[in-house]
Amino acid sequence: MPPILEVQNLVKKFGDLTAVKEISFDIKEGEIFSLLGPNGAGKTTTISMLSTLFIPTSGDALVCGHSVTREPMQVKRSIGVVPQEIALYEDLTALENLRFWGQMYGLSGKSLNQRVDEVLELIGLRDKARQRIKTYSGGMKRRVNIGVGLLHQPRLLFMDEPTVGIDPQSRRAILDSVKELNHHGMSVLYTTHYMEEAQELSDRVGIIDHGELIALGTQTELTRQVGETDTLILHIGENEDPQHLADELSKLKGVMKAEPTDHEIALVTSSAEELIAPVVTRADQLGIKVQTIDIREPNLEAVFLHLTGRALRD
Amino acid sequence: MAMRKLLLIALKDLRLIFRDRSALILMLAAPFILTIGMGAVTGRFSGRTSSGISEIPVTIVNQDNGQLGNALVEMFTSADLADLVEPVVLSDLDAAKILVDEDKSAAVIFIPEGFSTSIIPDPVTGRISDQIEIEFYSNPVRPTSTGILKTILDQFINQVEIARISGEVTVSQLLENGLINPSQAAAVGAAVGQEMSDVSIARSSITTNNITDSGEAVEFDILSYMAPGMALMFLMFTVAYGGRSLIVENRQSTLPRMLVSPTSSTLILGGKVFGIFLTAVAQLLILIGGTSLLFRLYWGDLLGMIVLVLAAAIGATGWGVLLAAVLKSPGQVATVGSAVMLIFGLLGGGFFDLSNLPKWVQFFSRITPNAWGLDGFSTLALGGTLKNILTPVAVLTGMGIVLFAISALWITRHGLSRK
Repeated sequence: MPPILEVQNLVKKFGDLTAVKEISFDIKEGEIFSLLGPNGAGKTTTISMLSTLFIPTSGDALVCGHSVTREPMQVKRSIGVVPQEIALYEDLTALENLRFWGQMYGLSGKSLNQRVDEVLELIGLRDKARQRIKTYSGGMKRRVNIGVGLLHQPRLLFMDEPTVGIDPQSRRAILDSVKELNHHGMSVLYTTHYMEEAQELSDRVGIIDHGELIALGTQTELTRQVGETDTLILHIGENEDPQHLADELSKLKGVMKAEPTDHEIALVTSSAEELIAPVVTRADQLGIKVQTIDIREPNLEAVFLHLTGRALRD
Repeated sequence: MAMRKLLLIALKDLRLIFRDRSALILMLAAPFILTIGMGAVTGRFSGRTSSGISEIPVTIVNQDNGQLGNALVEMFTSADLADLVEPVVLSDLDAAKILVDEDKSAAVIFIPEGFSTSIIPDPVTGRISDQIEIEFYSNPVRPTSTGILKTILDQFINQVEIARISGEVTVSQLLENGLINPSQAAAVGAAVGQEMSDVSIARSSITTNNITDSGEAVEFDILSYMAPGMALMFLMFTVAYGGRSLIVENRQSTLPRMLVSPTSSTLILGGKVFGIFLTAVAQLLILIGGTSLLFRLYWGDLLGMIVLVLAAAIGATGWGVLLAAVLKSPGQVATVGSAVMLIFGLLGGGFFDLSNLPKWVQFFSRITPNAWGLDGFSTLALGGTLKNILTPVAVLTGMGIVLFAISALWITRHGLSRK
């Protein structure tokens, strides 16, 4: 079966800035594929090209067999898009918004009414459908924002950071609904900078940084790239200097990489348990109190750290 | 399907603007309040006169003392105009001018000696003397009053001219048919011209009433000038607000969302423009309906009014789309739009009678939909019909088309979703 999305050497330049650098990947029918990367990595630009909003500088992509550069209208009919921003009319009700966008996707009459009803049920807002969007909470708006992308039952759904800025409960509901949609056969391209979301949802993950796709594969394949390494996370006090401690700890035997963040230091090592004692001793010698230590098995965060030398949240 | 989507986008915009209270205040309440204010200033609501303007002081200096000069004096002193004008007849032109300078008179109408004989041929010789023109000295601080006096005078002169041409035509027909000989021509011409002139002036509609094509008497109402002026001024607010929505939609990501739906950018732009147009039409019709009901204002011929409303909305929409195309942020459109609304309101004659302003102001006023719209609405209120407002209708429609073409080129060059 041909892939539902085939991205071929896609490039996007804005003046001198190259936002996306020759990325290539594909998504199989029924797959959830996550593009994982920090803010400004090129995720939204990639989705904008794939949804025909931006014209690629070079390269192409085939969506359901249609070229985004040559057959944009056929591509638009095949995809659903959930943008990062709440793209709704605040002075219209949820029902009016859904009806408007449904008609923009060619639905009318009975099928429009039916789909609007189904989507309201899916996003759990049937009771509040006649309230204006401006009266909704952030999480409720996000749910309607997603609902709009599902109205015409697209084969491929693009979701651009759909959980940004919402409460944990709404986030949980959104992740569950993505899984539910996928369970019913919808393919999903999901962008996020939350490693946990990519890990939970994805069949395959593409890691993107500075416009380049730096890693691609299943989670097992990606963590294998890091090797048999663990990550030791040291939590230190607010007044301590994580950079200084990281510099000192990087000199210890067995430490492959030491990366400081706000009040934490991530140490990549092949033998986490053996490293705990020398790390605590060295910190003590420096007069820095280590409050807690976590050992993390290889994950996508570690992969990103391994590939870029930076934490994903940076 | 394409037309359905175009209408869908337009109706959505119409619904959104009618849910925005602050926009509604400026679109509908503000023109009503200003119209009421202007009506109060002009005495429209005091019940003193039917027109809101009464007893305009005018000084007539008649040195002609011929038939036409006397007829003009008689007309101004007639019972028909008794409520509207308060004439004073003097023989000294300088003394009359002093009355204007001291603001005791709105204008001086000076009928020079020989005015009648410069139009009516001598019954014996058939000759007419050199052309002599009536002079009109206006008081610059009373633009509305002088405008009304000038209109009355112009109508008198037009009727005299009609009578003169009728006399000439009658004589030439009589000669051609051999009913009179050339020696009788002068006397017959003078007699016919005089009779026509007398009849014409006697039948004059130079009162505050005009007669429509249907024969219905139409009352001249000062609000018929003020209300369209205000409506057209705030129409510019509406179209600027509509244009602004194009940029706002981009900022709130609904425009990009439309662009990734299976809808062409041309159709989306068309829908947005049609939305601005529909809003403008709705605003004008609500204001017209409201002033008709509340102030018993007569807007004139229904068909002409509807066509003019559509044309004014097209012309104004062109300006709204141009603002949205050229400017980059909602704030810029709001600021520039307000400035354009006020400048066009002033320049378009919403507050002053343009005929009393310098020629260059009158020239620049013609770039505004306000001036053309006001021309049309005034004509309709004075009893005109669709055929009398074809020029403003054509200009307004053309203005909208040209401005939209410029805007479309600009947007195509920069991209619909650029801001």
